[in-house]
Amino acid sequence: MSDLNIMIVGVGGQGTLMASRLLGNVAMQLGYDVKVSEVHGMSQRGGSVVTYVKMGKKIYSPIIEKGEADIILAFEKLEALRWIDYLKQGGALILNDQQIDPMPVITGKAIYPESIIERFEDGGIRLFKVNGLQIAEECGNTKAVNVVLIGLLAATTSIDRDIWEKAMEQVIPQKVIEVNRKAFDKGYLLS
Amino acid sequence: MKRLMLGNEAVAAGAYEAGVRLASAYPGTPSTEITESIVKYQEIYVEWSPNEKVALEVAIGASIAGARAICSMKHVGLNVAADPLFTVSYTGVNGGLVIMVADDPGMHSSQNEQDSRMYALASKIPMLEPSNSQECKDYVKSAFEISERFDCPVIVRLTTRIAHSQSIVETADRGNHELKPYVKDAGKYVMMPAMARKRHVEVEKRMAALKDFAHETSLNTIQWGTTDVGVITSGISYQYAQEAFGDVSYLKLGMVHPLPYKMIEDFASKVGTLYVIEELESLFEDQIKKLGIKVIGKDKLPVIGEYSASLLKEKLLGIEQNKTYEIDNESPGRPPVMCPGCPHRGTFHVLKKLKLMVTGDIGCYTLAALPPADAMDTCVCMGASVGMAHGMQKVRGEEFGKKTVAVLGDSTFIHSGITGLIDVVYNKGCSTIIILDNSITGMTGHQNNPTTGLTIRNEPTKQVNLELLAKAVGVDRVRIADPFELKEFEKIVREEVEADEPSVIIAQRPCALLKGVKYEGPLRINEDCRMCRSCLRIGCPAIVDKGDKIEINNALCVGCKLCTQMCSFNAIVKAGDKNE
Ligand SMILES: Cc1ncc(C[n+]2csc(CCOP(=O)(O)OP(=O)(O)O)c2C)c(N)n1
Repeated sequence: MSDLNIMIVGVGGQGTLMASRLLGNVAMQLGYDVKVSEVHGMSQRGGSVVTYVKMGKKIYSPIIEKGEADIILAFEKLEALRWIDYLKQGGALILNDQQIDPMPVITGKAIYPESIIERFEDGGIRLFKVNGLQIAEECGNTKAVNVVLIGLLAATTSIDRDIWEKAMEQVIPQKVIEVNRKAFDKGYLLS
Repeated sequence: MKRLMLGNEAVAAGAYEAGVRLASAYPGTPSTEITESIVKYQEIYVEWSPNEKVALEVAIGASIAGARAICSMKHVGLNVAADPLFTVSYTGVNGGLVIMVADDPGMHSSQNEQDSRMYALASKIPMLEPSNSQECKDYVKSAFEISERFDCPVIVRLTTRIAHSQSIVETADRGNHELKPYVKDAGKYVMMPAMARKRHVEVEKRMAALKDFAHETSLNTIQWGTTDVGVITSGISYQYAQEAFGDVSYLKLGMVHPLPYKMIEDFASKVGTLYVIEELESLFEDQIKKLGIKVIGKDKLPVIGEYSASLLKEKLLGIEQNKTYEIDNESPGRPPVMCPGCPHRGTFHVLKKLKLMVTGDIGCYTLAALPPADAMDTCVCMGASVGMAHGMQKVRGEEFGKKTVAVLGDSTFIHSGITGLIDVVYNKGCSTIIILDNSITGMTGHQNNPTTGLTIRNEPTKQVNLELLAKAVGVDRVRIADPFELKEFEKIVREEVEADEPSVIIAQRPCALLKGVKYEGPLRINEDCRMCRSCLRIGCPAIVDKGDKIEINNALCVGCKLCTQMCSFNAIVKAGDKNE
């Protein structure tokens, strides 16, 4: 496999951490070198959060830079727009179709950008759009949005499905594993 | 066993494997997870100390008593601990002593981006710098060996990208490190002038020995590739350099102080163009240039902010950035905000309403400096709010003082606010100090502190009584108030700023994210709403102005009911209530 660079972007508190742990586990199982990088601290308070996952034969910098992401996993639309420059030409954008207004929008100092999805479509981006919240709810837990998105991501890669299943077993707590399995399946079938 | 670990977790594993018996720290991003990970090892005594100076003193005590000890902090924490740091350099150690310091180039969550390597130079203490998680673990173990072999503390420096990146680590069992005997030795451990003069001689001898060691140790390595280009670098910059330059030759410095001059001269003589790549200050470069070696470095690279592979490519190799999609992506920022239910919201709503000058401090409440609260005038360092309010009052007079309050959190007050308060009382000031007692150290992710009544291992312990503490230092006016009782809180603040003597208001309400804190659940806005928008003034991220109506976000609202106090029409009710 050539190197795989995945960026996870969203809003603090959306469960992006679990997604990066699943990806890290998958890379370990495949015997790849891997680096996962996140910034803690201030960003937890409802701010913009970004996590980088890089896997391949030998990984040096833990950071993904502009035009380098094979996949951007976006938990929120504005965050997808903010980081879109990081997508590699021909890369895939997996987008949770959710809007969370940032404080400048709430206070009326800024407006939430319009027609974000159309901009991606017009820009020729390989877009996989999903209503993760609704699917997660159908599976029985709104918190499973992250695993719905991971399911969809899994289907866009050539990595064997068993490996993802095993990663879930190792990373997700036993008491919520069933809900998350369902969520993964639904995401996987969306592609 | 191979595991994916944060740099910080790997440091903890290194401490465990090195047989460390004591770990002390004060939290601070990006260093916090070191100590939070050490908690998992029952064999190690671990504590949150009230501040970094105490943390280091505790570790020094443990070391002199014969144990291996580790003390962790963020870069600015080393300023607080600088006093013991400079002198423990003279006393040296008994059991190994390692000081972990995490720098934050780019200031992801800090108030400055000082370069801790300067401290190693200034205090004459050796410093190591790992470049991935495996090295975090290995270098901590090496640091203990160096500490005991050369009788000195050793600093291990991390930066955010090392501390907060996970990479693969091979772990091992805990090594056995016996307590060394404690031997009374005033000449070594009592730093009075007569003794210190002798110890300074030892410090210089040790630095000379360490310079030799820098040439032997495998911490400093040359990685030969093509020799038209050579790169001298360390830490995360080594990773960026490899990605930018590929198969050239590298002198990787694992020990960043003191430097192996002969090795550098030798390397320089065998390569063509020589680059020195170091984030922040030009510490290597200045020393290398003094050797008469020509290098490319800070003439092309910034001393400000973080580096990256693409920055090196652009500035040093003239390679343009990768192509990106051409999409208009002007986006409003998403700054961090006070959480729904945050008790600080009530306090700052009142301070803003009263148009007070607010000397602020560092914690979650610093977010009050941003819109929509806009209710903080200054923030310098932990504890500064109190002394600054006092200084302002002394030069601008009592009337100004009556329009000023100092605001700081519980952890910050214990860290270094208490000394400021003593100053206000002692020097006859009349400042009003508001302690935001949210029952936790919030900003850094919920650590216990002396005011919470629990240790780092969640064991019950004595709890500092802030009211008695303030009274004991001579504050006669101490009030306890609930920041969510807006009217009463406002009345108390009005009374206390008016007073001609020092006063302390303890704003008591726990952080809404604490486990035991339960509100009744989401609220909603009913048809009685007249669109007066008063509720928006508290700046809660759960209340959204939709233009033609105001809505409460059901997923965000915790039901703290602060907003109901803003509403004159009783239009905010519990969501799902039948008889609303
Ligand atoms: C010298 C120093 N040490 C540590 C930090 C990191 N830090 C920033 S705020 C904070 C604690 C804030 O806790 P508290 O005062 O209780 O306020 P809260 O965040 O709970 O509102 C810490 C440890 C720092 N900025 N400076």
